[in-house]
Amino acid sequence: MAAGVAAWLPFARAAAIGWMPVANCPMPLAPADKNKRQDELIILNVSGRRFQTWRTTLERYPDTLLGSTEKEFFFNEDTKEYFFDRDPEVFRCVLNFYRTGKLHYPRYECISAYDDELAFYGILPEIIGDCCYEEYKDRKRENAERLMDDNDSENNQESMPSLSFRQTMWRAFENPHTSTLALVFYYVTGFFIAVSVITNVVETVPCGTVPGSKELPCGERYSVAFFCLDTACVMIFTVEYLLRLFAPPSRYRFIRSVMSIIDVVAIMPYYIGLVMTDNEDVSGAFVTLRVFRVFRIFKFSRHSQGLRILGYTLKSCASELGFLLFSLTMAIIIFATVMFYAEKGSSASKFTSIPASFWYTIVTMTTLGYGDMVPKTIAGKIFGSICSLSGVLVIALPVPVIVSNFSRIYHQNQRADKRRAQKKARLARIRVAKTGSSNAYLHSKRNGLLNEALELTGTPEDEHMGKTTSLIESQHHHLLHCLEKTTNHEFIDEQMFEQNCMESSMQNYPSTRSPSLSSHPGLTTTCCSRRSKKTTHLPNSNLPATRLRSMQELSTIHIQGSEQPSLTTSRSSLNLKADDGLRPNCKTSQITTAIISIPTPPALTPEGESRPPPASPGPNTNIPSIASNVVKVSAL
Amino acid sequence: MGAVMGTFSSLQTKQRRPSKDIAWWYYQYQRDKIEDELEMTIVCHRPEGLEQLEAQTNFTKRELQVLYRGFKNECPSGVVNEETFKQIYAQFFPHGDASTYAHYLFNAFDTTQTGSVKFEDFVTALSILLRGTVHEKLRWTFNLYDINKDGYINKEEMIDIVKAIYDMMGKYTYPVLKEDTPRQHVDVFFQKMDKNKDGIVTLDEFLESCQEDDNIMRSLQLFQNVM
Repeated sequence: MAAGVAAWLPFARAAAIGWMPVANCPMPLAPADKNKRQDELIILNVSGRRFQTWRTTLERYPDTLLGSTEKEFFFNEDTKEYFFDRDPEVFRCVLNFYRTGKLHYPRYECISAYDDELAFYGILPEIIGDCCYEEYKDRKRENAERLMDDNDSENNQESMPSLSFRQTMWRAFENPHTSTLALVFYYVTGFFIAVSVITNVVETVPCGTVPGSKELPCGERYSVAFFCLDTACVMIFTVEYLLRLFAPPSRYRFIRSVMSIIDVVAIMPYYIGLVMTDNEDVSGAFVTLRVFRVFRIFKFSRHSQGLRILGYTLKSCASELGFLLFSLTMAIIIFATVMFYAEKGSSASKFTSIPASFWYTIVTMTTLGYGDMVPKTIAGKIFGSICSLSGVLVIALPVPVIVSNFSRIYHQNQRADKRRAQKKARLARIRVAKTGSSNAYLHSKRNGLLNEALELTGTPEDEHMGKTTSLIESQHHHLLHCLEKTTNHEFIDEQMFEQNCMESSMQNYPSTRSPSLSSHPGLTTTCCSRRSKKTTHLPNSNLPATRLRSMQELSTIHIQGSEQPSLTTSRSSLNLKADDGLRPNCKTSQITTAIISIPTPPALTPEGESRPPPASPGPNTNIPSIASNVVKVSAL
Repeated sequence: MGAVMGTFSSLQTKQRRPSKDIAWWYYQYQRDKIEDELEMTIVCHRPEGLEQLEAQTNFTKRELQVLYRGFKNECPSGVVNEETFKQIYAQFFPHGDASTYAHYLFNAFDTTQTGSVKFEDFVTALSILLRGTVHEKLRWTFNLYDINKDGYINKEEMIDIVKAIYDMMGKYTYPVLKEDTPRQHVDVFFQKMDKNKDGIVTLDEFLESCQEDDNIMRSLQLFQNVM
């Protein structure tokens, strides 16, 4: 029942009085209207835009958000209105649906945004009115295609390790860019198709005379060479076909597909020719079979997307083509008849019969005009001119339809390719953003402890550094920090991790010394991984700044350690170091707890290995020597 | 505030004539012809004032407002023609065919026999049906049954009405509808109503018989609180 008509229910019920006198038995009781309240205005505040409507309007559709008690969740007691933090533009359409019973789809709106809004308000998109339904469905289909494209290319990029050999082969055939072997195969087959086609063509070219006989086509002169070429091509095609036959998931479907038929037709003539002897009777048929060799050129359609689009266009325009053919046939018959009878009178006319006139009509209508048949009588000439004029019209009419179809499909393909290309750039941007945020975390980690240290030391000038990070960021970082504490592992950036891996493998330490450290040292190491990002350059090295600094800090502290065995009192010295431009990277309190001698050079080696070995071996060698009595500062 | 008869004239279309193409001209000419014919039938009607209607009927202002909103929503032009009336009524009875009964109802609503029901007619009839006295209701029902409005109900009229009511039931009923069920029903009705057995029921006979029947009296009060 339409919503607006619900307002007429009182009338329909009142009109039922007309049945009362006719009825023989008593009527059932009417349902009582329990909460019969006056219709009131509801205010719906959608992102600041206020919509007002009657409560009964909304209650027309009780299975939606606005029509049910679900909207009470959005009721704002203070302002006595329902507040929705959604798009007011789309809400306009939603509210109109309640008012008029028809849901419209605004063309300027994005389809997924619209779908989201409808889902939020609990309205099924199927009730979109006829006026807008087609547009909605079209947009939805395009969107689905886009998603499918994305998914497809994603799937293609994923490495699916558990593919069987057969499946890999099928994938290689379908998409030559999946592996180099597939690409090689693709190009090789393409080359051989070209060779085969050129061979077929050149075979028939007259090739100079052999003395004593007439001019021969090349095919007969160098028959052995051509035969060998042909054999080679056919062998390649056969192998390719068999491989393609082996690979696909559904062989039956593959055999029925057009490309496979073309493949078969391309190689069949050769085998039939092998089987048949050089008998005179069948050589005629044999020659006919050779014509089929030209079908090899269709094998190029696997290599060319444009050819495929053309074929697809022709397939989808089948009705227009059919109409073209039909109308042409009609016109040909009409004009041929007319011309025949018009030219019947003239002597020595070439228009000997109506089928003979067909040739004239076709040549004239397609504006070819060979001139081998011309009308001689005046009537014939008049009708001939009418024929050529109408020919232009009849052919020109269905052609634009085919052209527009081709253009649409072609552009669709272009869009798909463009999307794929842009996808790479898009993914790269996403990756950069991700690494940016993780770097931000690492950065703030270093700054964070730094700031805490500074708070203790009371250096004012760097306090402001902490305030530049927003509350949300700091909360997020705190969360990541808690995760680190929980797992006793730390976040590091990619390069350092790779370096650590490389260097740990190079140092050949026992496998128990994993770069991620066993628990006890881990505890001590995780707390002191802060690193400052100040770009101070150390004189004796040209390492990348961060690692260099870390090295330097470590070396400094170690040196400190060697000078002062206990670092608990090194707070001031750390401050001194701070004056030097290097910031301490550990909280002092944490440093105290970290004074544990750890005979784990691998823990240090991430530090020491965070630069190419030949660069500065000095600090590296220093560290292991003083490892035993020096606090291990950091794992990074 | 009297009723304003506004006409949707074809003046607007006459102004939009940018080109003089032959085909376009021909098409426009045909369209204008049709629109000229429709000119007389498309009317935009505004009802009398709220106060007047309130005085004339038994509804309060609020109720009139609600009624008008529903009315205007379905019929933006302000009048209901029979087609729309039938469509609206058919929505309530999807099982069967409500068009015949809607036709009779429409005639009952359209007191001035103009072929269209204005809001005033609509509200007046509803006022009688929902808020009127028993007498008024019965008189309205008699008017409904009297198809040719001659003041008497004869058997054929009654059979038509009852058949129309049975049509609304549709095909799938239990027990199955037979051909002469309406006729039998009418016979029973006439036995009750036709006091002097002359084959027609007059208004007085109708009023008297209905007031004697408790069932009918009770059912007339059924829709008291519809609004």
